Amino acid sequence: MLLTERERLREELLRLIDQIGRDRSALLPILQEVQRKYFHISEYCMQVIADLLDIHPVEVHSVVSFYSFLDERPQGQFVIRLCRTVTCDMAGKEHLAQQLRNDLQIDFGQTTPDGKFSLGCANCLGMCDQGPALLVNERIYTRVTPEKVHGILAECRQIFGAHATTSPKERRI
Amino acid sequence: MTTMTTIRTTTNQLTFNTIEPGSGLRAALARPSADALRKVESSGLRGRGGAGFPTSLKWELAAKSAGERKYVVCNADEGEPGTFKDRVILADYADLVFEGMTIGAWVIGAAEGIMYLRAEYTYLRPHLEAVLQRRRDAGLLGATVAGQEGFAFDIAIRMGAGAYVCGEETALIESLEGQRGEPRNRPPFPIDTGFMGNPTIVNNVETFAWVTCVLTNGPEWFKSIGTQKSTGRKLFSVSGDCVRPGVYEFPMGITVAELLKEVGGEGAKAVQIGGAAGQCVPAAQFDRTIAYEDIITGGSVIVLGPKRDLLRVSRNFLEFFLEESCGQCTPCREGIPKLLEGVELLQHGRCSMDYLKELCDLGETMQMASKCGLGQSAPNALLSIVEHFQDEILGRVETKRSSAHRERTV
Repeated sequence: MLLTERERLREELLRLIDQIGRDRSALLPILQEVQRKYFHISEYCMQVIADLLDIHPVEVHSVVSFYSFLDERPQGQFVIRLCRTVTCDMAGKEHLAQQLRNDLQIDFGQTTPDGKFSLGCANCLGMCDQGPALLVNERIYTRVTPEKVHGILAECRQIFGAHATTSPKERRI
Repeated sequence: MTTMTTIRTTTNQLTFNTIEPGSGLRAALARPSADALRKVESSGLRGRGGAGFPTSLKWELAAKSAGERKYVVCNADEGEPGTFKDRVILADYADLVFEGMTIGAWVIGAAEGIMYLRAEYTYLRPHLEAVLQRRRDAGLLGATVAGQEGFAFDIAIRMGAGAYVCGEETALIESLEGQRGEPRNRPPFPIDTGFMGNPTIVNNVETFAWVTCVLTNGPEWFKSIGTQKSTGRKLFSVSGDCVRPGVYEFPMGITVAELLKEVGGEGAKAVQIGGAAGQCVPAAQFDRTIAYEDIITGGSVIVLGPKRDLLRVSRNFLEFFLEESCGQCTPCREGIPKLLEGVELLQHGRCSMDYLKELCDLGETMQMASKCGLGQSAPNALLSIVEHFQDEILGRVETKRSSAHRERTV
């Protein structure tokens, strides 16, 4: 990463922390904001946040690694989480999982080469009465059948085309 | 960008629908705070999240606890598999929840409230923020609540980040403090040393909503429903093999058979009550009651039809716990993978009776020795399946189809 980029990022984190707060209880909201913007929390970000909050970087890393919605590695613009819990399983989530693999050409835990989609699982999305359920970023889809997957991905690509502001390069800081 | 209509959930007639927002709070503020506490006490309301701790006792202890700053925390980290009632309450009756929190603040003397909302429900946040703003505009939150001089209270929403264990109250507080969501040793309890070391009450979404109902309709009304030890009504999240899955309100003390009839789940071979942490109740015991004195639950009811493979169900639960265990204490961290291996052996039809007994011993050790509810309840489902369904799980013969199916488990 270029030095100037690092400086820019540090400035940005400083502004963010001024806004949210410097005490330890602000750590999670800060990390969530970084995750939302950059689709992961890089080692450099963790170091800067630790520095600004006056805690050890290991403390920040231990928090990032604990929560499943915080990632150390870059995630796609759209993170698709399939509910893997019992009632969605009973409603046929295996077929949905297979179609997601087929349509995205990646397996669970992977990101598409263009950086648009990551595929993963979630534990109980609270949609047990209308499974199988999918969470795409913050948006919930229920009663999803394998043939609906294609349409959902197309919808995401459309949003991506209209609102894409961060380049893949920027996401990897 | 989410439309609420896509997540419409079937419900029966809910009491929450009949409560006018504002009425409970006005009733509470009209008299000294001790009076509101007495009303909650005589209603017999107990925690609706699943543990069933008497709400009034928690509040009384927090009210008596010495401390300048006190906190009211709403546990909206609904993560138990098969539970979705809180999602419905937050989407349709958020006013009642915030009002219950305000009444709690009045009782214990708190000025700050926090709602800890699970990350999976982020799409509810704009709606909840709008409700909070409306309440501020109406003077029901802020520097002087409902014109009551000296009573300032406001509520902030904090997001979870995807950790089931944060539904445990001390883990939730750790998470609010910016730490890993690892449960603390209790005592001390949050009513003494909660958020930032201050006295804190942590209650479930549904509990707060019922407090508002109790203050509106009076404790006698609430007490007249249910059983002696389990008063009032409760919301159930019903899913699985039934005709009408959804959120249902029933009086406490309803039998499993009565509940199944209401939701169109007759003919089930078993019902998993209490989610992954709960127990598997076989058809022979459908006359048991759902109440604090018999089957305790936070409201998760998963109906298992005659064709369901119970080993697959218990494997799903153990995989869930394997992922969600915080790894802090040994019985939970080491026990869960062993139980999961055991279920795999059973699925392969290669588990001896002796080994099954050892697994059950291990399960009982975990129930006793784990630090928090997660590890204590992780073996429950498997143990109850072993107890009631030995014929189904022992001596399996592996077919090509079943082994192919297993490898595909995500």
